[in-house]
Amino acid sequence: MTVSAMDSGKTLNRREALIRLLGVAGVGAGTAGLGIWLNARSERPETALAISAKRGHTVAANPSLPDIAIVQGEDPTLLARHAMDEMGGIRRFIGRGDIVLVKPNIGWDRTPEQAANTNPEVVAEIVRQSLDAGAKKVIVTDVSCNEPRRCFQRSGIAEAAQRAGAEVILPDPSKFKEVDLGGEVLRVWPVFEPFLNVDKVVNVPIAKHHALTGCTLGMKNWYGMLGGQRNQLHQKIHESLVDLADFVRPTLTVTDCYRILLRNGPTGGNLEDVLLKKTLVASTDPVAIDTYVAKSIWNLEVDELPYLKLAAKRGLGTFEFEKLRTQVKQLS
Amino acid sequence: MRLPKPTRLRLWSQIFFFVLFLFLLLRTEFRGSFSSSQAEIHLPYPVAIFFQIDPLIGVSNALASHALYRGLLWSLIILIPTLFLGRFFCGWICPLGSIHHFFSSWKSERKRGKQLLESNRYKRWQTTKYYLLVVILIAAVFGSGIVGWLDPFSFLVRSVGLSALPSTNYALQASLGWLEHSRFVVIQNLGGVLHFILGAVLLNFKQPYFRQGVWIGLAFIFVILLNFRITRFWCRALCPLGALLGIVSRWSVLGLVKNPEHCNDCNRCLLRCQGGDDPIGGVLWHRPECHLCMNCVDECPENGLRFQLFPVQKVAEANLQRRKVLTGLAAGAALLPVMRSTPGFAAERYERLLRPPGSVDEEFFLSRCVRCGECMKVCPNNALQPALTEAGLEGLWTPVLVPRLGYCETSCVLCSQVCPTGAIWEITPKEKGWAVENSAAVKPLRLGTAFYDRGRCLPWAMATDCIVCEEWCPTSPKAVYLRPAEVIDAAGNVKQVKQPYLDPSRCVGCGACEHACPVQDRPAVYVTSVGESRSRSNQILLNRRKG
Repeated sequence: MTVSAMDSGKTLNRREALIRLLGVAGVGAGTAGLGIWLNARSERPETALAISAKRGHTVAANPSLPDIAIVQGEDPTLLARHAMDEMGGIRRFIGRGDIVLVKPNIGWDRTPEQAANTNPEVVAEIVRQSLDAGAKKVIVTDVSCNEPRRCFQRSGIAEAAQRAGAEVILPDPSKFKEVDLGGEVLRVWPVFEPFLNVDKVVNVPIAKHHALTGCTLGMKNWYGMLGGQRNQLHQKIHESLVDLADFVRPTLTVTDCYRILLRNGPTGGNLEDVLLKKTLVASTDPVAIDTYVAKSIWNLEVDELPYLKLAAKRGLGTFEFEKLRTQVKQLS
Repeated sequence: MRLPKPTRLRLWSQIFFFVLFLFLLLRTEFRGSFSSSQAEIHLPYPVAIFFQIDPLIGVSNALASHALYRGLLWSLIILIPTLFLGRFFCGWICPLGSIHHFFSSWKSERKRGKQLLESNRYKRWQTTKYYLLVVILIAAVFGSGIVGWLDPFSFLVRSVGLSALPSTNYALQASLGWLEHSRFVVIQNLGGVLHFILGAVLLNFKQPYFRQGVWIGLAFIFVILLNFRITRFWCRALCPLGALLGIVSRWSVLGLVKNPEHCNDCNRCLLRCQGGDDPIGGVLWHRPECHLCMNCVDECPENGLRFQLFPVQKVAEANLQRRKVLTGLAAGAALLPVMRSTPGFAAERYERLLRPPGSVDEEFFLSRCVRCGECMKVCPNNALQPALTEAGLEGLWTPVLVPRLGYCETSCVLCSQVCPTGAIWEITPKEKGWAVENSAAVKPLRLGTAFYDRGRCLPWAMATDCIVCEEWCPTSPKAVYLRPAEVIDAAGNVKQVKQPYLDPSRCVGCGACEHACPVQDRPAVYVTSVGESRSRSNQILLNRRKG
């Protein structure tokens, strides 16, 4: 009601009064409607629902080609090239138009000589070969432990992979999705988005000493796709390793044994802890390759790494690597 | 060709230095590179350069350390021209001054017509800054770097770097997230493009958090709001750098000359006066208050004002009262003993006072640190935080490493590279000595020592495997070592676990173990300052003594 209307002592006429009443009634009805609608929406707030993601990236088995290739030589690039050739060529794994994710270990703020991260030349060669095989895009990424920008730069992997034509992706904290891993101990975890919905996954771990299990190999590398409180995983390390490996089921595993961190892993730092082995091992069987590397470098038996038998039981591969078709090549 | 108007030149100069300041502050961050594998990391820009040209920081550093730290000699390029020209720095260069200038030019209820003219006349309270300067410099003589509470660059870097920019990042990330999760693809794409552009210039890789960011930000906002009452209140009444330059301008040969014959008392010269230095006719011009903004010359319709070399007109100098100067001296002299008469400094040091790597011993640290926050801004792990009372009252806003928020990255020395005053002495990764390429005869810097809380540690208290601390320990050989143990769980089953121990002779106090500990709220391993290599007294082991 305007002040002037009150002051002048006039009253509204019927038409004006009716319009005003209708207006007020409209606002009242609107408020009530909105209230009822909001009331009906009320639910206990829950964090975003987990999405289901593509599981498994394996290619069909080929009985005429080897399951494991072991290559020794001086040049990491050549090792990677020959390892692929021994396995039957990269085209066995990567098809035209594939989106490929190459997962090195870029976990620590260390240089290549310190052998805490995968050899950058090996990563670069796998990127190049995948692109040659017609891959549409090759992604190189990892969720580092130390500060990621330092890890990506100082490991030499970002530069080498980008030069080879890969799309290098830093683990942007805003780009994780809650995913149901469907494991026995690991259910809903935040997974870094690039790991979801790619066609092929190549695991390129580095073999290192680790105090909890004796050594850290291929399957442990999958910690690097998770965000969240992954420092809890050690509490059931064997079960969580199998859950992760079961979720990813990589196309190929290429284990970097060029420089081996023998002590004080997985961080290392001291060059006295590093042994030059100048070896690269590739396999389609993630269980067999871990078993072989554990045995050949640390002389660890299957029973000392319980996750191997758990993984075999889950159908991820075999720990009887001796029974597989193995190709060994010595580059002069 | 006609020269542009002096006020126009001044505006461009202000914009240039403000943009430069903001650019350098935004680049006070290691952003990483995909096209270089350079192992030793340096910032590509001299980000602390504004501190190095700040004569107040230079004078305070000289008084406190009887020397001038790296680069502070550059402050002469401001100090010496000020001797000849006066406070040109305040009007033409100072980015904080430019911010105040900008906000002062906004219309406000309290500053219009007569009130505005009146508020721009010289006021006695403008001498406050000189007394503050006295207190600060005397405190510096006695060994306290509290100059940084009020030094304009410390104030600005701290406010913008620890509060304004992190808040901006939060707001932008939230808005971008909103766009990117829109149900319309067009808006999602728009969000993606904006994210890419903003990511290149402004956004942080990870949201930074700073303790007390709210209070530091509110202090900044408060100082800005004062401009709506009195133009550039900070510069006129509070800024100790302005006071120092005002005193130095006593010998200046450039002066404002008023021509009384031309003056028709229109008072227009007061309209946009920045310093409150009385350019009007009939009274003396207050030289130490003038910022040489040239607005009065520009405004005068009769061309009755001009700046001239070797003017013969009498001017007013800083009108200090002996009694107040003496009070300032006494206050400055008393400040330190009073603040240090609590046990915190010498007798009962706060156990969590972890200083950045390279820091000098606490006594020297407190005298050099200017609380600017450069180290906190540059820390890639957001580990350095402004102290509240951890270092005593005088240690307010000095840097403290908080491992729960972030540990000290093994090969990183960026905080020591940006520190303008040598509170964090410049070191190389090799001198830090945490990931050296051979272990022989390297003495690493130590920030403290880690300890286990066995009542909270999983293998000790809960019969559960863990040892994440050992995994993260960056030294080689590792300071965390393991012993196999048989433990009995709640159901009575015997289990084999590895229990962590700490070797204090190897621990560098980086806090990686504390940061990585899965006991999320109060970790089962934590770092305290004992054993820090900068201190001779704060030690445990006989064989780890310094020198």
